[in-house]
Amino acid sequence: MTVLTLSRALNEGLRKAMENDPKVLIMGEDVGKLGGVFRVTDGLQKDFGEDRVMDTPLAESGIVGTAIGLALRGYRPVCEIQFDGFIFPAFDQIVSQLAKMPYRSGGVVKLPIVIRVPFGGGIGAVEHHSESPEVFFVHTSGLRVISCGDPADGYAMIQQAISSDDPVLFFEPKRRYWDKTEVDLAGGVAAALPMDRARTLASGTDVTVLCYGPMVRTCMEAAAAAESEGRSIEVIDLRSLSPLDTETIFASVRKTGRCVVVHEAPVTAGLGAEIAARVTQECFYHLEAPVLRVGGYSTPYPPARIEEHYLPDLDRVLDAVDRAFAY
Amino acid sequence: MTRSGTGDAAHQLDLLRDMMAIRQFEERCAELYSAGEIRGFVHLYSGEEAVAVGVSQALTADDSVVSTYREHGHALVRGLPLDAVMAEMYGKATGCSGGRGGSMHLFDAGRRFYGGNAIVGGGLPLAVGLALADKMRGISRVTACFFGDGAVAEGEFHESMNLAALWNLPVLFCCENNRYAMGTALERSHSQPNLALRAASYGMPAWPVDGMDVLAVERSAGLAAEAVRSGGGPHFLELRTYRFRAHSMYDPELYRDKAEVERWRERDPITALADRMRADGEVSDAQITVIEAELTAALDAAVAAARDAPVEPVESLTSNVYAPGAV
Repeated sequence: MTVLTLSRALNEGLRKAMENDPKVLIMGEDVGKLGGVFRVTDGLQKDFGEDRVMDTPLAESGIVGTAIGLALRGYRPVCEIQFDGFIFPAFDQIVSQLAKMPYRSGGVVKLPIVIRVPFGGGIGAVEHHSESPEVFFVHTSGLRVISCGDPADGYAMIQQAISSDDPVLFFEPKRRYWDKTEVDLAGGVAAALPMDRARTLASGTDVTVLCYGPMVRTCMEAAAAAESEGRSIEVIDLRSLSPLDTETIFASVRKTGRCVVVHEAPVTAGLGAEIAARVTQECFYHLEAPVLRVGGYSTPYPPARIEEHYLPDLDRVLDAVDRAFAY
Repeated sequence: MTRSGTGDAAHQLDLLRDMMAIRQFEERCAELYSAGEIRGFVHLYSGEEAVAVGVSQALTADDSVVSTYREHGHALVRGLPLDAVMAEMYGKATGCSGGRGGSMHLFDAGRRFYGGNAIVGGGLPLAVGLALADKMRGISRVTACFFGDGAVAEGEFHESMNLAALWNLPVLFCCENNRYAMGTALERSHSQPNLALRAASYGMPAWPVDGMDVLAVERSAGLAAEAVRSGGGPHFLELRTYRFRAHSMYDPELYRDKAEVERWRERDPITALADRMRADGEVSDAQITVIEAELTAALDAAVAAARDAPVEPVESLTSNVYAPGAV
């Protein structure tokens, strides 16, 4: 086991994928010489060459569209979108081309493309650099949308995403890039939990808290705090936002009878809304309280000085847990 | 403008036959659409046949083609079977896209025909990626990318021009300038209506071609494709042409005079070549009548087969959203 930051673990995962398969390419803005704004691709161009780690112009649509052309010819491109808010210029290529072409071809075409997106707030940045756009892509059939919550998962999941024959939107919690955990660099990813499965991080009996990405650590801290108040919280890291691992979600809610969904993205029409609908339908007779949601407000992402008031934190998660018990 | 060449009589007869085949297909589609047999949207190529037929002379089976939503002609000259194209118009399972593509998304990866595309400009980055893949493999191939004058106003056009020129990629950009972006005239869409000039600003050779003269198109495409194939980087042809029919079957054509359409019809590329060949004693009216009858018989058979073919069973509607077996 090696202790690594999330940024470093992703870097090691990319390196392993590139070593294992010469068809794996990396492309994006400042991914080569600079090594990425968040250092995720640091040193890879030096080791694998400019043909496999390509610095591109500022052209998000061009990057993703070019990756589609490469994938049509058997390559496995990994595109980096430098910041969450920069994905919108590529929206057409992702939604109109990438997501639809395999379906439209009746499965003849496979587009094994990974689009890495540092997302979420909490680093004192501004709008366009702190956003959580994941649900746009959850809404789009044909894409897999996943997010890692810690370095160990980052290392395994980026490799699983690259191995997948489907297009994968890979959301990296940028405020957690510097978090450290132990990572098993020697172990293969075959033994790791598949990327489309949720992971139960803390077992509990009173309430299920569902989260992903940057909120995983927040919710684990909330669970620890609640335990001291005598409440038993089950924390589940969703990991896969599309498709959802409903089997794990429903089993937990049927056990606890309460469900709180936590994400940084605005609550309105967010992933929590979808989960609430599904849980209500499938676990109705087990529920002691409505499914509650904790998330960002329905505003554009606020200025850095007040982002702490926008972002869900320990208190807001615990408050939702309290409300779940008030019914 | 490039002057026409001549070429031998047998070759010219092939060109004539290919253009006639497209025209007959398009006129038949108009009938079938009006009769309610073909659903969805249909955009006809009548008047522009010289472009697809002329450019295709410069391509080999190993080259790639990326097309637009007005792509029936491109598909037919690429060698997609007439039956499969007609079945696709009908949305039948025997269609070249299994019925999922329809008129705008004819597709045949085996013939390196990477699809029509309903998004204006959406195919350009894909062509860049296909060409990048060829270049990385050291293969001497051309990717021919068709798009209209309307696409030149899109951001993806400019991202793709820049990427292709910056990376010296083997793309033959074929701008089918039919003077209208749907219902908006060229001069009302572009600050610089000389489209070749705009491509030239990216440092690639670009010139206008008389797109109503199949021999002129063939000659220019041959020169450009040869240069692209031998490492000369992307080239751009502005093929000045005209569509005789409405933008789509729903278009009342309020944006152009009937007199203008009539003036362009006098330059019909099929009539022009046939007249020239007749004058040179290279074809007779009787020969043309025989060709027309052969094409009609083939179309009749294709329509009959398409009518009888099954549609995809509704149970398989959700298949191939993701690749089978992929995680």
